[in-house]
Amino acid sequence: MNEVPKRTFAQRFHLKFVAWSVLFIVLLCGSAALTGVNWGEFFSNIGQFFSLIGKMAHPDWKYVQIVIQPVIQTLQMAIVGTTIGTLVAVPFSVVAARNLVKNPVIRGIIRFILNLVRTLPDLLLAAIMVAIVGIGPSAGVWTLAIFSFGMISKLFYESIETIDNGQLEALRAAGANYFQIIVFAVLPQVIENFISYFLYTFEINVRASTVLGYLGAGGIGMLLQQSLDSFDYSQTAVIILATLIVVLVIDGLSNYLREKLD
Amino acid sequence: MEEPLIDIRNVSKVYDSGTVGLKNINLTIKKGEFVVVVGLSGAGKSTLLRTINRMHDVTDGDILIEGKSIIHYKGKELRKLRRKIGMIFQNFNLVKRSSVQRNVLSGRVGYYSTLKSVLGLFSKEDKQKAVDALKQVKMADKIYSRADELSGGQQQRVAIARALMQDPKIMLADEPIASLDPLTTKAVMDELKELNRKLGITVIVNLHSVPLAMQYADRIVGLRAGQLVYDKPIEEVQEADFDSIYEGAAKQNE
Repeated sequence: MNEVPKRTFAQRFHLKFVAWSVLFIVLLCGSAALTGVNWGEFFSNIGQFFSLIGKMAHPDWKYVQIVIQPVIQTLQMAIVGTTIGTLVAVPFSVVAARNLVKNPVIRGIIRFILNLVRTLPDLLLAAIMVAIVGIGPSAGVWTLAIFSFGMISKLFYESIETIDNGQLEALRAAGANYFQIIVFAVLPQVIENFISYFLYTFEINVRASTVLGYLGAGGIGMLLQQSLDSFDYSQTAVIILATLIVVLVIDGLSNYLREKLD
Repeated sequence: MEEPLIDIRNVSKVYDSGTVGLKNINLTIKKGEFVVVVGLSGAGKSTLLRTINRMHDVTDGDILIEGKSIIHYKGKELRKLRRKIGMIFQNFNLVKRSSVQRNVLSGRVGYYSTLKSVLGLFSKEDKQKAVDALKQVKMADKIYSRADELSGGQQQRVAIARALMQDPKIMLADEPIASLDPLTTKAVMDELKELNRKLGITVIVNLHSVPLAMQYADRIVGLRAGQLVYDKPIEEVQEADFDSIYEGAAKQNE
């Protein structure tokens, strides 16, 4: 009885791994052929790239003064948008978590709504919001709010589903009601994850909001569009540098804070 | 004759999966008793304990506490039942990232409105009560520590303090010492015994260890495959009796 069993043929030659690898390579080659990816084209046109770089090599430093205000507006859009999205996401994620809501119908409806929201790309949302509330930063705020809501609620409910249910059981056994269980046993277990996800989403939103302006949703993106349309690459360079600095600072700050949380 | 505190009548429990948890259990427990339930893993000890505070619902039969049937309790009525029954667990189930103080106070939330408890507006008396409960289990010096900084034995004592905040009439302990070393085991069992003697709380403990059961119990109840196969006061218990409760265990190990 107590013997090591012989491996099957499939186990010995790792058939599963080989089959999946072949499938992946076939799909990759097929996709490349169908979309007409052409390396030669890329390299023959690379001169264009360098000429653009050349035009941007002399940033118009006076333009910095004009850029500062929209950069701040971009950050404000990201802060307000992420916060609104997060506040709405918290109750939704509590209802979407399998260990907190036993009723599969309620959970299913909520998750369907969340999935629906997440399928909307941020640029499409921005276009819709500009159409609804008009050109300007409030379109950007609403875009980011909806975008963060979809993303954060999923991250949140998945984080809630990994908590230790024994701690909830203890509260339930003490006669606590639903809200008391959430506040005393669920939140302490997830709050650090929540803050970390909030910062992560904020980071993504800062990056996203620089582009949203391109569609008229406020912030630095609007200037980017203007400078590109007027072929004023010395201004474009300043905008790109400013964006780069802001994104780097926010990324660094957010990474630092998230590490501190652990 | 004195009315029993807990009266379990013909109780059966079948899980949704079809597994039989309990089979026609009849058991009455008087106020102030220290009952130890023994049996193999999967014999139904945890299930039996959890039917008493309705963490599990029974499929058949009735459970009376202080003469009242509890099996149809819902909502507020159920929460009021649960708040007078303390429970401690094998894994302690403290909220690890909260302070000891907040953990102990959380045992009191059944007495508070949602708003007051959620805002943390505990009364001065209850804060003092938390200190007293921690003194009772000799953990007062750790009141401001985070629960996950404590050792296993310390966590279990804090868990007992949390249950004490409920002013429980009954204390259920589900394998309370299974994850503890022999020394802390004694501290925790002594604590339960003291609650029983000093405060008059009725204690029901699930245990694996027969020697511990013999040492602490007033009465030993044995379960095997969901059935009650043994029930005797400690004076009449013989070591050899346990062979019948653990029957089949030896064969499995062969």
